[in-house]
Amino acid sequence: MRAKAGVKQTPEIQYAGTGLSSKDFKEGKILCTRWTADAKYAWDAGIAIGKYLAGFKAGKILGVRCIKCGRTMVPPRAFCEWCFKTVDSWVQLRNTGIVNTFSLCYVTWDVKRVKKPEISAVIEIDGASKGMGIMHLLGEVDPNKVRIGMKVKAIWKPAAEREGAITDIKYWKPY
Amino acid sequence: MSLRERVNQPKDTRPWYGELPVESLYTVGIAGEKFLRTLKEKGQFLGTKCDRCRQVYVPPKIYCERCLAKLDDWVKVGSCGTLESWTMVHVGLDGQKLKKPELVALVKLDGASTCIVHKLAGIPVEELHIGMRVCAVLKPKTKREGAITDILHFKPADR
Amino acid sequence: MGQRVAIVGAGMTKFVRRAQETGKELAFHATRMALDSCEMNLDQIDAVCLGTAPDTFDGVHMKGEYLSDGAGAWGKPYMRCYVGGGTGVFSVIQGWYHIASGLCDTCLVVCEEKMSSYQPHAQAAFLTIFDHTTERPLKPNLLWIFAMEMNRYMTTYGLRKEDIVQVAVKNKRNALDHPCAQIAKAVTAEDILNSEVLAWPVQRLDVSPVSDGAVALVLASESIARKVTDKPVWIEGVGWSLDTAYWTNRDLCYPRYVEEAARMAYTMAGVTDPRHQIHIAEPYDPFDYKELHHMEGLMLCGKGEAPQMTVDGITQRDGELPVCPSGGLLGVGNPIAAAGLMKVAELFWQLRGEAGKRQVSRKVKRGVAQAWGDLMQVGTVVVVGI
Ligand SMILES: [Zn+2]
Ligand SMILES: [Zn+2]
Repeated sequence: MRAKAGVKQTPEIQYAGTGLSSKDFKEGKILCTRWTADAKYAWDAGIAIGKYLAGFKAGKILGVRCIKCGRTMVPPRAFCEWCFKTVDSWVQLRNTGIVNTFSLCYVTWDVKRVKKPEISAVIEIDGASKGMGIMHLLGEVDPNKVRIGMKVKAIWKPAAEREGAITDIKYWKPY
Repeated sequence: MSLRERVNQPKDTRPWYGELPVESLYTVGIAGEKFLRTLKEKGQFLGTKCDRCRQVYVPPKIYCERCLAKLDDWVKVGSCGTLESWTMVHVGLDGQKLKKPELVALVKLDGASTCIVHKLAGIPVEELHIGMRVCAVLKPKTKREGAITDILHFKPADR
Repeated sequence: MGQRVAIVGAGMTKFVRRAQETGKELAFHATRMALDSCEMNLDQIDAVCLGTAPDTFDGVHMKGEYLSDGAGAWGKPYMRCYVGGGTGVFSVIQGWYHIASGLCDTCLVVCEEKMSSYQPHAQAAFLTIFDHTTERPLKPNLLWIFAMEMNRYMTTYGLRKEDIVQVAVKNKRNALDHPCAQIAKAVTAEDILNSEVLAWPVQRLDVSPVSDGAVALVLASESIARKVTDKPVWIEGVGWSLDTAYWTNRDLCYPRYVEEAARMAYTMAGVTDPRHQIHIAEPYDPFDYKELHHMEGLMLCGKGEAPQMTVDGITQRDGELPVCPSGGLLGVGNPIAAAGLMKVAELFWQLRGEAGKRQVSRKVKRGVAQAWGDLMQVGTVVVVGI
C-alpha cells in the first residue's frame, strides 16, 4: 500500500443513493412488496406494576420506598436501581402533584392532525421524592394557561368504571 | 418483595394487551429490479458474476459478498436446476396444521453458485430425491407482475 | 489504553427520504467507498462492526445479520450494535475496542438505516419506547418526550424559542454544501417559527427529516494506519453512559448521561478544558434544541449558555467553535445510526482538510462527535484528533 492523501469531498465524487417519490410507487415505476406483521402482544404487568394497577382500581396512587437511599419512587418498581436491592415498603402517595413539564400536542401517534391540543405532562407526585414523576394528561385547563410548577390533582373515573389501569385517572387538573 | 412476595390474586399481574402496528413497504432494490423485470418480461433468470471469486449470484447482487467488488457482469442462468434440499411443511404460520402439506425446495439453477427457495409440486414425496433435476413453472406472461411469485413452483424436469 | 486506533477511510451514500436501493445495497456503496478512499480491499479487513437501529424500521428481523454481506462481513468476525439513536457513534467505539484490545488490526464500521420501509410513518415504530402498561394506554406520541424535554430546558434557563431555532437555520444552511444532503433548502428563523406546531414547543422545522442512507469508516491500528495514509485521524477518547430507564424520574433540563460519557472520553483523550481543547464539534441534533442540550452536556459551554453561543455566531463554520459544520441531522438527514456515524465521518474529513466547501475556517486538530438515544437516556461520545 502506498501513502495516500485521501479523497477530497468535492462535487465530482459520485455518491450512491437513488431517491424515489411516492409517485414512483403509485405509477408502478419501481417494483416493491408489502408486508403487514401480525405483532400482537400480551405483556405481563409484573409484580410491582401489577400492584400499582390494583392501586388505581382502588383509587390510590402507590409508590415504593428504599431505606438505603431514602427515595420514595413512582412508578413503583420491585428493586431500587440505584442501590440494586429489593425495595423495602409500599406507600400510598397523594392525589396531587406538580407539573414538571408539559407539551401541547397537535398530532396523534400516527401523525394525524388534531384541532384541540392534547396536553401531555410529567407530573411529580406529592409524597414521592423530588423529581419522581409520571407521564399523564392535563384536562379542564386552558392550554395557554398551563405552566411548569402548576399544582394539579388527579381526576378519577367513578369506582365502578375503574379497571386497574393508568387511564383510571382521566386526567389532572389545576387546583 | 419480588421473590419474597407472593401474588395471591392472578389479576394483580394481569397481562396488558397491545400491538405494534407495522406495515412494511420494501423496494426490491437495484439488482432486484433488473432480476424481476427480466423474469416478468422475458421469463428468464439473471445472475451477477464475480470472476475473481468464481461466483454467480442468483438472486443477483450488485456486489460480490466475498470480495465486495461492484458487480455489473450480468449473466443468464437456466430456469432448470438441481434440487439441493427439500422439506414438507405441515404447519402454517399461525401454528395450525395445514389442510394440505406443502413442499418447499432449495434449488440451484444451472449456472448459479447460490440457491433460491421456492415451492415444489407435481411429484409424490416418495419419488423426491436430493440431486434430482427440477424446472421452474412460470405464470403466463400476462399474469406476471415482477415478483418472486411469478414462479408458480418448481416441478421435476422429466414431467 | 492498548493499541492506538486511527480512522483511515470514510464513505457514505446520499441521504434520501426514500431510496430505491435495498438496505444491503446502501451498506455496500458506503463500505466500498470507504475502502476505496484508503485503497484497501476486503481481504485486509480483520473484523466488521455494524450499527443499525430497530429492526422495525427496515422491517427486517435480525437486520444486522441481513445487512452483513453488504457491510463486507462475509466470513469475518462480525458484531451488530444497537443503542437507539446513540448507535452511530457507539459503533465507532465498538470498532475501536476491537483494535485497541489488540484483537484486530483493521475493522470496518458500517451504519445503515432504511426508515422509508415503515408505513405510514416511522414514528409509530418508536411507540414501544413508552412503557406498555403505564404509558401506552394514554396513546402517547413520540414527540411528547422531546416537546416536554424542550419545554423543561427552555423554562429552567429562561430560553427563547427565537434563539433555539438559530440551530436549525445554521445546520440547514450548512447542509447546502453537503453533496449527500436530503434537505437542500435554507430556512429563516421566521420560517421555523411559522411552521406547523407539532407538539408545542416543537414545530415542523425544528425536527430532522426521516431518511434512508448508509455511512462506513475504516479503522486501523497505528502500524497499518501509517502504511495506508499519511493523514490518520486518531481516536483519542471514547465514552458512553446511561441514565435511568424511568424517563419521568429524570431531570429533563440537562443530559447528565452525556456529561458522564464526555468525561470518560475526555479523560482518555487528556482533555481537561473542553471549551478550548475541542476545536470542532458534531453533537447529535435530531431537534434544534438537542444540539444545545448536547453542547452543554459535552461541557463546551455552561448550562443554559448554548443558545447565546449560537446567536453570537460562535458555532458557525467560520466561528471560534464550529458545531455541526456537516449540516447535521437537521440538514443532511436522519437515517438514525448512519446519521451518528456521518458525524464522525465529518470530523475525519474536517481534520484532514478534505471537507471541500464545508471546510471550517479555523485550523482544527481535535473534535468531538456525540450521539444520543436508547430510551432517550444514552450518551455516546468519541474524541478524534490529528
Ligand atoms: Zn435505593
Ligand atoms: Zn468476488
